[in-house]
Amino acid sequence: MGLRYLLGRLLGMIPVFFAVVTAIFFLIRFAPGGPFDSERNVPPQILENLNKKYHLDEPLLMQYVHYLNDLAHGDLGPSFKHANRTVNEIIGEAFPVSLELGLISLVWALLIGITAGGLAALKPNTAFDYIPMSISILGICLPTFVIGPFLVLVFGMWLEIAPVSGWDSIGDRILPSLTLGFAFAAYISRLTRGGLMEIRSLDFVRTARAKGLPESLILVKHTLRGGLLPVVSYLGPALAGIIAGALVTETIFSIPGLGRFFIESALNRDYTVVMGTSLLYFTLIFVCNFLVDVTYTILDPRVRHE
Amino acid sequence: MSSIAITMPTPENPALALAQEASSSLWMDAYRRLSKNKMALAGATFILIEAFICLITPWIAPYGFEQQNLEFTLARPSFAHWLGTDTLGRDLFTRVLYGGRVSLMVGILASLVSVVVGVIYGAVSGYAGGKIDSVLMRVVDILYALPFIFLVIILMVYFGRNIVLLFVALGLTEWLTMARIVRGQVISLKQKEFIEAAVSMGIPTRFIVLRHLVPNTLGPVIVYLTLTIPSAILSEAFLSFLGLGVQAPMASWGTLISSGVEVMEVAPWVLISPAIMLSLTLFSLNFLGDGLRDALDPKGAKD
Repeated sequence: MGLRYLLGRLLGMIPVFFAVVTAIFFLIRFAPGGPFDSERNVPPQILENLNKKYHLDEPLLMQYVHYLNDLAHGDLGPSFKHANRTVNEIIGEAFPVSLELGLISLVWALLIGITAGGLAALKPNTAFDYIPMSISILGICLPTFVIGPFLVLVFGMWLEIAPVSGWDSIGDRILPSLTLGFAFAAYISRLTRGGLMEIRSLDFVRTARAKGLPESLILVKHTLRGGLLPVVSYLGPALAGIIAGALVTETIFSIPGLGRFFIESALNRDYTVVMGTSLLYFTLIFVCNFLVDVTYTILDPRVRHE
Repeated sequence: MSSIAITMPTPENPALALAQEASSSLWMDAYRRLSKNKMALAGATFILIEAFICLITPWIAPYGFEQQNLEFTLARPSFAHWLGTDTLGRDLFTRVLYGGRVSLMVGILASLVSVVVGVIYGAVSGYAGGKIDSVLMRVVDILYALPFIFLVIILMVYFGRNIVLLFVALGLTEWLTMARIVRGQVISLKQKEFIEAAVSMGIPTRFIVLRHLVPNTLGPVIVYLTLTIPSAILSEAFLSFLGLGVQAPMASWGTLISSGVEVMEVAPWVLISPAIMLSLTLFSLNFLGDGLRDALDPKGAKD
């Protein structure tokens, strides 16, 4: 059942992906305004050549076929606004930056979230529980674009202990990744606490305790695996959230990542870059969700045997 | 507190008078539980006051929304300008008030769009059952996996950034959970005797769904609506912060925060006031939503 379920999920993604490609393509082509509208005083001859170069003079259906064909070869086309650059080049340059930011943030989120949630579950209704759980409400309610500037004001400008823009030194990574990771750390801490508390009240944990196992061993060997299941299933939405949050974080901290390129090309109507970047985002999120499903199936035997 | 009174049975309403007589009706219980929840009450009070102030903003704002004073740019908070002024010398207190109008309006309208779509979709799915139900719910499952915020960005980019499109698009991203909740409610309700009675009396399906089933899902719908509003406000602020939402001359808290970030080194107050207002609003709505959920969900209730 488990394997068949996963296979079904994988096959189910193909039509969805295809639908997304088609929808984005036609949305963009039917939308008002062409990619070269903003260029002032372009002679008609040059405009015609530009249109020819990017196949814009051909019927819509042919353009679609061209795009699908290029896409199948992994070619996302040329950028309309950045002369002589392809979408692949832009993504190749900017994506590693965003990936690094996202991964560091995810590590923060898991590290802080699971530690805080675990402590709170081990010592419920004490300061170890109340303090982190109160802070986590802040993290859940406050958006990235409030937390980010707040951290910049306090740590960057008043205390002057961390750099606030750029992406060169190790220090540049601190504030952006904390900003991006904070909300997810908050959520994960609550899920961890809830999950662990639930498992701790089950019979097999009582048995383990009756055997005389030390509390720390019970936590590691018995409760952690089941108690972290909610966190695992949250990882899919969390990754999607981190990708969206990176748009804001990269803008606040002037990081040359994919998010900033995406927003910039969205504001400039650079069709191909917007399409290519969105497709990359969608694919990433689909793949991550799938991996989360696989992990969940491995961790939870109930899903496998159902 | 009085926002609750709207949904409460009142003696003037004879249809609900009976329910009120039995002191442990759902709404009475809910009201009792909610009034014990200090945080939810504080949230409700804050939201009501804020909504009222936003309504009367045009009459109480000390300056014009667009009124510039280029000799008095980025001024510190003072008696003349309670929250200071921005880069064009516009009064921030005025702009935060007007921004709140836009933020709240987009949040509420987007949530209403999501309620309409979600309730209809969920009710149809739950009542139809069988194949139709499983196909409709499979669609919801698939849509859950899509990162909607990117679709909204694409829509905003290509259809121009107008405010109607903004709240419709945001509403269309938020209806999935609502549809699931309503479907679940309808499935459990449709086996009840009063629905059986209605069916046996030959009442058309459309009326059964709209008159008998949907009104009975009201509790969970209100709870989830209260939680959808902050999420819609947040999405709007997110888009506006990136320059893809509300456009000048209009401003929302998102655009105000965005322009505050640009000058925060020299004038942090431009950033702080809209950020605090947005945060307080999100807190209040979340606490109120959680409080309503505890109050209206008999299963989770402890007393």
